[in-house]
Amino acid sequence: MIAELGLAALWLAAALAALQMVAGFMAVRDDGSSELVRLIRPAAIAQGVLVTFSFAMLVWLFAITDLSVKLVVSNSHSMKPLIFKLSGTWGNHEGSMLLWVMVMGLAGALIAAVERRLPERTMNATLAAQGVVSLGFYAFLLLSSNPFERLPTPAPEGMGLNPLLQDIGLAFHPPTLYLGYVGLSVAFSFAVGALLTRQVTPNFARAMRPWVLGAWVMLTVGITAGSYWAYYELGWGGWWFWDPVENASLMPWLAATALLHSASVLASRDALRTWTIMLGVVAFSMSMVGTFLVRSGILTSVHAFAVDPERGSFILVLLGIFIGGALLLFALRASTISEGQRFALASREGALVFNNVMLSAILAIVLLGTLYPLLTEAFDVRVSVGPPYFNPVGAIFTVPMLAVMAVGPLLRWRRDRADRIGREVALFAALVLAALILFSLLAEMAILPLLGLALGIGLAVASLLPLRGRKLSRTPLATWGMVTAHFGIAVALIGMASESAFTEERLAAVAEGGSTTVGPWTIELQGVEPVAGPNWTAIQGRLAASYDGGEVKMLTPQSRNFWAPPQQTTESALVTRWNGQLYAVVGDRAPDGRWQLRLWWKPLVPLIWYGGLLVALGGVLALIGRVISDIRHRRLAARIAQRRADREAMA
Amino acid sequence: MSWRLWVPLFAFALFLGLAAYQLTQPKDDFVESRMVGQELPYFELPPAMDGIQGVSNATFADGKPRLLNIWASWCLPCIAEAPHLESLKRQGAEIVGVAIRDRPEDVARFLAQHGNPYARIGRDDLSEVQLAIGSSGVPETFVVDGKGVIRYQHIGDIRENDVPILLEKLAEAGE
Repeated sequence: MIAELGLAALWLAAALAALQMVAGFMAVRDDGSSELVRLIRPAAIAQGVLVTFSFAMLVWLFAITDLSVKLVVSNSHSMKPLIFKLSGTWGNHEGSMLLWVMVMGLAGALIAAVERRLPERTMNATLAAQGVVSLGFYAFLLLSSNPFERLPTPAPEGMGLNPLLQDIGLAFHPPTLYLGYVGLSVAFSFAVGALLTRQVTPNFARAMRPWVLGAWVMLTVGITAGSYWAYYELGWGGWWFWDPVENASLMPWLAATALLHSASVLASRDALRTWTIMLGVVAFSMSMVGTFLVRSGILTSVHAFAVDPERGSFILVLLGIFIGGALLLFALRASTISEGQRFALASREGALVFNNVMLSAILAIVLLGTLYPLLTEAFDVRVSVGPPYFNPVGAIFTVPMLAVMAVGPLLRWRRDRADRIGREVALFAALVLAALILFSLLAEMAILPLLGLALGIGLAVASLLPLRGRKLSRTPLATWGMVTAHFGIAVALIGMASESAFTEERLAAVAEGGSTTVGPWTIELQGVEPVAGPNWTAIQGRLAASYDGGEVKMLTPQSRNFWAPPQQTTESALVTRWNGQLYAVVGDRAPDGRWQLRLWWKPLVPLIWYGGLLVALGGVLALIGRVISDIRHRRLAARIAQRRADREAMA
Repeated sequence: MSWRLWVPLFAFALFLGLAAYQLTQPKDDFVESRMVGQELPYFELPPAMDGIQGVSNATFADGKPRLLNIWASWCLPCIAEAPHLESLKRQGAEIVGVAIRDRPEDVARFLAQHGNPYARIGRDDLSEVQLAIGSSGVPETFVVDGKGVIRYQHIGDIRENDVPILLEKLAEAGE
């Protein structure tokens, strides 16, 4: 009964999405004179409620482990801890797609309920576009991946969840990325709506900006969490592998970062109109392309759990309709959108445009590197593209981008003189140069980590300069957000550079009671014991580690065997100090009874993720700042309107 | 209207075409060796157990075409393959084995149980030879001609209907 309720709600929601689409487009065509126009906003809100109900039903089915539902049987198990039963709801294709449409439905409902800044016609066009996108995903769910499908006879027991996914970090990694992708779909709808009515105004950018900001924060958190998960769960000691799926999440982030900055220019200076529209389309297409690459399995990746060619074709068709349609509209309409305000090269806009171009170039490089194997495979040549391509080629554009990022926020809008900020530029350059010289004298390191460290240090200081001479308590939250995010980039950069420059690795076979060293650490293998968890057994190494002969810290890395489904995973053990992390993995037993230990000392590596979190925090601050000022404006406008009405009534 | 506005749509259409083409291509799970058509690299493997000779690339340089069978006593499909290797041997094929990550006592037990079709068996403890000739799994069988050039690769266990194919390839390699 629960499953049937969920399915019925889903069909109803799909019908409402269709209504939203039809009514929206009719309203755009006949300028809101039709009766249907009044239904658009209520339809969007009701759709959000229904799809949320449907998702709640699926969560319930997983919570009670209803073994007559196919999805529960193939992805859950009655013995699983409750938290992983719940996260199992979206740890599979059907459930994650339902989560996707739910978030999209809620986003649509929220716009319909609160967004009043845009002209009504553009608003209708936006909701119609949102209806098209939602309808596509409803069709995908209902026609090819029904999450509520029943089995003819209930199964005696479920098959369990992929053990790699039975991890608290990963329980929240996909939904975070999804929230990001869906946020970009809202930005896409705004862009298509504005393109349809040719009303690309600062107000359009202001309406779109919180969605881009929110999506961008979610993507930042999702990528940071995913990177940390890969770091400690996969047991390879690396934090980024340029895997197609990682790239699939990085590309929307790059596009969203560019969009965020160009939307700011449009909102405050009414410039970069068509460019912002283009980025709005590109950002969402990157999410869709990423989803397609992951789900279709046409690229080989560690994320192969989600592969299904038939679903791949479905996503490709959706991709063709959404993005092809939007790009066609863009090609037809963009030339009729009037040019925005002009600005000088040496200005805040100039710096932002430069960074936008650099970000787009990096995006193009990542996209090319990700798709290149696909291209050569068409000619029967198998290649894989990895760090030797991405790192140096990406750096060509990243280095100038970081340099401009350090000084750009100090420039004034519209027109400025470069010599006005001469002292700040000199400070930044001096810091970078000093760091370059210092590190190249102190240690022998490759050029990229060296540049990364130097730029990171320079940027960390320069990113704080916009606060200089301001009253800190009166500085707008959005400025705090920018400073925090830029500072976070510097912190992450220092972590990345330091990890690749200073990591020490030791692969050793150690007998029980024996010891080995890595970097400043001495590690003793005290023993190896079997341990058991709720749905796994493991062998666990007991390691006593001491830093420079100091206090002893215990580490217990495990090699786990799950039995439902059977699979082996490594659980690394970490010791975090202020200056870095010790990373330990226990491997197989050699024939002579010694155990393989894999140890790394990674100086400053946690900065990568602290930096990522700071960037996200910056986004949150900016988002709060924007929303608060928005509410204030709204109150003010309401009060003015009230006063005017009073005065008219008096007269 | 500017032509530049059409560039994104054009680029996207290219991507769409490429992706659609790739989706229609059947996915091949086998990784074919790039060494087919090339000479065996230099290697020398010790015998995999007592009473049998080891294998080197020189083994294949005496003018006679042979089968090079990659196998292991721990590999289940190798058990299924064993009778077909016997039948290949009966029909005149000379089979050289390379045992992957194996122990002499296990090799001896396997051969005692499932028969020994091999003229020689080399012991490849680190999969070095396996990797060098481009084999990605166990079992795999290569047809090597009398000059030591790999002429054909069979991936997976040998089934009954593979036997005539392998004999034919072996005959071709001898021409």
